[in-house]
Amino acid sequence: MKRIQLPMDKETRDALAAGESVLLSGTVYTARDAAHKRMIALLDEGKELPMDIQDACIYYVGPTPAKPGEVIGSAGPTTASRMDAYTPRLLDLGMQAMIGKGRRSEAVKEAIVRNHAVYFIACGGAGALIASSIHSAEPVAFEDLLAEAIVRLEVKDFPCFVGIDTKGNDIYDDPDQCVSGR
Amino acid sequence: MREINVKEAEARIYEACARIAHVYAPDILAALKKGCANEEEERSVTAMRMLLENAEIAESRQIPICQDTGLVTVYVHAGQEVHFTGGSLKEAIQNGVRRAYKDYYLRASVVDDPLFERINTKDNTPAVIYCDLVEGEDVVIEVTAKGFGSENMSALAMLKPAQGIEGVKEFVLDTIRKAGPNACPPMIVGVGIGGTFDYSAVLAKRALLRSIEERNPDARYAALEEELIEKANALRIGPMGLHGKTTVLGIQIETAPTHIAGLPVAVNICCHACRHERMVL
Repeated sequence: MKRIQLPMDKETRDALAAGESVLLSGTVYTARDAAHKRMIALLDEGKELPMDIQDACIYYVGPTPAKPGEVIGSAGPTTASRMDAYTPRLLDLGMQAMIGKGRRSEAVKEAIVRNHAVYFIACGGAGALIASSIHSAEPVAFEDLLAEAIVRLEVKDFPCFVGIDTKGNDIYDDPDQCVSGR
Repeated sequence: MREINVKEAEARIYEACARIAHVYAPDILAALKKGCANEEEERSVTAMRMLLENAEIAESRQIPICQDTGLVTVYVHAGQEVHFTGGSLKEAIQNGVRRAYKDYYLRASVVDDPLFERINTKDNTPAVIYCDLVEGEDVVIEVTAKGFGSENMSALAMLKPAQGIEGVKEFVLDTIRKAGPNACPPMIVGVGIGGTFDYSAVLAKRALLRSIEERNPDARYAALEEELIEKANALRIGPMGLHGKTTVLGIQIETAPTHIAGLPVAVNICCHACRHERMVL
């Protein structure tokens, strides 16, 4: 299993192949539906994003509240396709990676290839397990959104697979899947 | 006439919400273990092992199985010989949900208006409540807390009667195929056939409340469930959508009489965290 430190340089990203198993360490920002909507609104108004998007990795997650003494609650991935409408713009601004679950649109795939970015997939519904690889959580913006706020996480050995690589190969593509079961 | 204080319903709902967020039902856990043993390809084995390890951590450390602790739906089957005392039953149910989500650090996932401001209600209420009257003096309450990763992949079709069994199979499998990796497979699939447009969806969700080890009591529908399970697993969506063998843990069909012109079919997809509990007051 490959250990990956975030942020990655271009060579590291290009060397990742869809389907590969990886352990991610470094900084990731949480953001899901409402946070994306607000980020795009800020960009439309010509304002700055609440974090440096250059080389950032966004994790699509809305964790449960942390219990006293815990860093975070349950924190598994949410469905990435709900962010597809916003993603190409963030990729074109320099975002280099995303962590989520499920399929992405063609427009997102094209933006991934264009920017040598990577989409990682994490195990949906394994939020308690994934929480153990999150070592710190610092609020960044939109705290009124509760679980949908942007939070900076430090992760260590977060288990993922490469979902879409920099060449646009997709872990979910499988010719068999399209014809069987009819 | 039997009197039941609504506080009893509140307390039971409170406990149920807390429990189902942290502990898999035994039938689901057994099916996950069986599925894990049945997977061959390394990535699918890894995915299943992660789910089993997650189940252990969730239960032992009381961290929710999934961060989407769901929108709560409560079904009340109230005996008509019962008189509820102590205030509003519906308000007591909402209080049980509200307190459980706060006290157990479960996620507030409900917005007040679906379209305009979408402001979080901060306590995961309102729950959806269905009440029906039954004979006797028992009150049966069923609670489910369903995540929306899978809810979003659910679908409803008003088929023509001429489309028949084949039409139903095709629609169910097509919905599962489209759900694919988005719905956190392995999935549990509730199918409602018959009734009206709305009632078929109610049936589909209610089908998810049945143990996945129980087949429909009607042998014809039981056979259809078995066939659909086999065909769904042949889709090779698999755990995490990585093309493994365990696409569904169960498919359950519930039916109702319908109109001469119609064949409503609703498919309610649920992720492996199929959380529900039944209680008798």
